[in-house]
Amino acid sequence: MRLKPYVRSLTIALSLVAIAGCSSTGGTQGGTSSGAGGAGAGGTGTSTSGYGSGQAGSTGVSSGAGQMADSRIPDVRTIYFAFDSDTIRPEFQSVLEAHARYLRANPGTQVILQGHTDKRGTREYNLALGERRANSVKRYLDVQGVSPSQLEVVSYGEERPAVRGNTEEDFARNRRVVFAY
Amino acid sequence: MRNLMTPWLFAILMMFSALAQADLTIDITRGNEQATPIAVVPFAGGEGLSEDLAQIVADDLERSGYFTPLARSAMFTQPSSRDQVTYGDWKALNTRYLAVGQVNQNGNNITIRYELLNIGGESLMLEETVNASPTALRAAAHRISDRIFEEITGIRGAFSTRIAYVTSSGLGDNTRYGLYIADADGRNSQEILSSDEPVMSPAWSPDGKKLAYVSFETQRPAIYVQDLASGRRAKLTSFEGLNSAPAWSPDGRKLAMALSKDGQPDIYLMDIGSGNLQRLTDGGSIETEPSWSPDGRSLIYTSDRSGGPQVYRQMLGDSSAERLTYTGGYNARGQFSPDGEQLFLIHRGNRGYKVARQDLSSGRLVELGDSRFAESPSVAPNGTMVIFATQRNGKGVLGAVSADGRASFFLPAAQGDVRDPAWSPFLN
Repeated sequence: MRLKPYVRSLTIALSLVAIAGCSSTGGTQGGTSSGAGGAGAGGTGTSTSGYGSGQAGSTGVSSGAGQMADSRIPDVRTIYFAFDSDTIRPEFQSVLEAHARYLRANPGTQVILQGHTDKRGTREYNLALGERRANSVKRYLDVQGVSPSQLEVVSYGEERPAVRGNTEEDFARNRRVVFAY
Repeated sequence: MRNLMTPWLFAILMMFSALAQADLTIDITRGNEQATPIAVVPFAGGEGLSEDLAQIVADDLERSGYFTPLARSAMFTQPSSRDQVTYGDWKALNTRYLAVGQVNQNGNNITIRYELLNIGGESLMLEETVNASPTALRAAAHRISDRIFEEITGIRGAFSTRIAYVTSSGLGDNTRYGLYIADADGRNSQEILSSDEPVMSPAWSPDGKKLAYVSFETQRPAIYVQDLASGRRAKLTSFEGLNSAPAWSPDGRKLAMALSKDGQPDIYLMDIGSGNLQRLTDGGSIETEPSWSPDGRSLIYTSDRSGGPQVYRQMLGDSSAERLTYTGGYNARGQFSPDGEQLFLIHRGNRGYKVARQDLSSGRLVELGDSRFAESPSVAPNGTMVIFATQRNGKGVLGAVSADGRASFFLPAAQGDVRDPAWSPFLN
């Protein structure tokens, strides 16, 4: 069930292809500070890497590939979970089956299963819970005959909430796994 | 828009916005009613300085929860040395201790001379002269706070320490994340890293010169170690799956971490010099949030092997662990007090997620503070305060509570959310 390094590289390459049409780019700046106690010294920014961010874009595989049902990435790309649970709810089984059909029909396509939690509890433990949710989806797709080499799990825990707020509904919308093609 | 900027221009703009907006402010919500009354008189000759030194000292002492500074408007007189002090005036105000001082500026050399007096005993406890440059006045005031605090309480002051924390603004794919360090009072903030992808779990090296943290900037989590003085950094791990929760050993040679490369998240030790990895736990459950005992001979971590998260302790060299927490169904992210006798952790009680303190010998757990969404507790190097992240008015803010729970305050950012605080070790 492990993804091999070359698959990871391929996934990165494909996701870069996927966002090539998007305008969202960003960078990471590493700053420097003067020594401890050096008041008033600012950091000098140096760009350490450039990368794209984006998800749910369309891949080169699907664009212009006709109108067959399995040639388009399914529209619903997020499924939700109950509190403290990684169980696939019955109402989302059809969503997973649609993704399974698409991935079986397009064996060259990779997807990242992004696991998320609500904000309650500690961040690092939530990272582990988000991974457990995404792994639950991965196992489901595996049983549906999707090649493990097409699937990668990345957990964000509570770091990338879909919505703000502290209501039960807000929490429910953040407990999710996102298919990021 | 961003595409039109060169990376340098962008970096410079980010730097200025960081300097203006990233400082945290202090908002004291609960003072300690049993705190000791002290008066810190404005230092004579300090009127023209960019910082109000006596106010910084008074604020430091109040934040500790140990002291209640007297309001300036209540002072009958404002002496600047002990020969000007009339003890009866201060006894009438129930003041136990009095700090007075004077400032002399000679070009870029500022000399602060202060005295600490015991009002009841009518005696001098401390007199000292501190030299400072105009740009290091806050640091000088924090040093004075450290000395006064230690002289009265017998506990080393931690006002000259720093905190690391993570900020975020925006939502979803447009969220911007920043890693900062600031003085323990939230001022003098400096950006360490900014990214379009999550940054989390900053951890100070024991010498205070480096930060380990987790960054998703390659769209996967990886553990980095960054030297604070030079800004240079190295990527330590980027295994498949989680690369999470770095924690330095007390000798600074090893980093404990949670990795899921072999299945469910487990605790590993990395020898930083060689990069060698040693696996500490091996089970079908989640193990994460490692933290070292002060003597470096054991680790605590969170595990859900019993069904929900609880804190376990494992001696280095042992393969079995002892469960430490039994109060309630959720206890996570434990951290030892500096003396190794207490545990600070996040506990789910009837009213949400709280910072709690558990006495290791008795096992008794006490909730601290009244937050519903507490996470990421980090204890001050002198063990008197715990800083943590929580929610207030719908925003992520930092909170701090005294180790006895009597005093608490918040450190909100001017804008955006703040979380993931890490208190530095002693830096001087």
